[in-house]
Amino acid sequence: MKILNCPINGPRAMSEFSYGGELREMPDPALATDAEWTDYVFNRNSVPGIKREWWCHASSGVWFIAERDTASDVVLRTFLHSNAPGDGA
Amino acid sequence: MFTRHERLKSAYDVVIIGAGGHGLAAAYYLARDHGMTDVAVLDKGYIGGGNTGRNTSIIRSNYLTPEGVKFYDESIRLWRDLSQDFDLNLFYSTRGHFTLAHTDSAMRTMRWRAEVNKHFGVQSEAIDAKAVAEAIPMMDLSCGGHGSPVLGALFHPPGAIARHDAVAWGYGRGADRRGVEIHQDTQVLGVELEDRGSGPAVAGVRTNRGRIATRKLLCAVAGSTPGVLALVGLRSPIYIHPLQAMVSEPLKPWLDPIIVSGSLHVYVSQSARGELVMGASLDPYELHSTRSTLDFAESLSMHMLELFPFLSDVKVVRQWAGMADMTPDFAPIMGKTPVRGFYLDSGWGTWGFKATPVCGKTMSYTVATDEDHPLIRGFAFDRFARYALTGEKGAASVGH
Repeated sequence: MKILNCPINGPRAMSEFSYGGELREMPDPALATDAEWTDYVFNRNSVPGIKREWWCHASSGVWFIAERDTASDVVLRTFLHSNAPGDGA
Repeated sequence: MFTRHERLKSAYDVVIIGAGGHGLAAAYYLARDHGMTDVAVLDKGYIGGGNTGRNTSIIRSNYLTPEGVKFYDESIRLWRDLSQDFDLNLFYSTRGHFTLAHTDSAMRTMRWRAEVNKHFGVQSEAIDAKAVAEAIPMMDLSCGGHGSPVLGALFHPPGAIARHDAVAWGYGRGADRRGVEIHQDTQVLGVELEDRGSGPAVAGVRTNRGRIATRKLLCAVAGSTPGVLALVGLRSPIYIHPLQAMVSEPLKPWLDPIIVSGSLHVYVSQSARGELVMGASLDPYELHSTRSTLDFAESLSMHMLELFPFLSDVKVVRQWAGMADMTPDFAPIMGKTPVRGFYLDSGWGTWGFKATPVCGKTMSYTVATDEDHPLIRGFAFDRFARYALTGEKGAASVGH
């Protein structure tokens, strides 16, 4: 069983988590062009690599960010969104 | 069985990336129906080594949207003649296909699918639990009391299985004999674009074995599609999740039809060798890898035993995975793209094997004429920008 490290609850079995997709910035709906908005709604960066993703520890409802290599499935680190490295945390 | 070519030529009329069923079928029909034989099929691995050899080999056309039903039904017609066409036994075996319904809302969906199917001349009917019990007497309709019992099913008599490797070999051999070059161990590293006055257009490809000039490039690479799209500067809604499958040890023949339960995440058929070929739902998160997991084998076995408790002593002998290129509306992305001369056969997710012949037919037409074939116009690359999604909820491994 694969283990994921929840920033609040510690290491837990992967089956306790749900995947929330890549962390993405929403463009301002009032300012975005149709093409930019369509790109945000539908398109995904599905090229393998290291990505920041939303994950949820389902049994406690904790949402957090995991940095994961989507080619090897190795999780480099996990942290709460408010503690994102590089954001002064 | 195939001609081995020492080196790539410096130019081809058409280059196809991906020597799986789809790519080889397109090459075959380009040569046979359109007289285009100056074609190279490139694969970074070996013939049929991707999702062509990793699916559970089920063929059916009981989809939900008119676009889907017409498209897959044409595929079934092509399937039936292929063994003759190839002079190769595909072990095409019509079994009948039962999609079990465990809830009232699932029964309603089955009736809906049956009506859409019948409207387009495809044999399908919604049947009740009694009819299911008569057709599959060895199945426990109460599901061991663990989940919702089976209330009925969508019965699709033309549902079939075929030997998937032989499909790639048959198309490959047929293309090879007509002059198409198949180059294995040949990876595309880059795509050269030029502007001939109407935006970006394909000029050539760079591979690990040298450069090739071409103005027509067909991408049929399933789970590797996003990487190839990045080479031509396109973005798409495709996302990649692994889809796993496994087989049991060989048993005496006891299961003739193909059984699917969306609620239990099970589909199963018995192969000509006697193995139970079993699949479930997509892995729950993005991954570009064909690794297998114990979680998958455990949960699929658990659900199999709910339907067939007498299998508790049967061993699982192999499991594997393929990378499914999923789309938001569970329909493929096919045809021309904003890059001139770059044609896409992608978004085949969990439902690509059954469509192999019709994809080859329609993509060869599209590549040869530079016009999208009428059967694939509902699957266009730009449908997302037009907010005109297809909504194919009859796809495999998809909860609905």
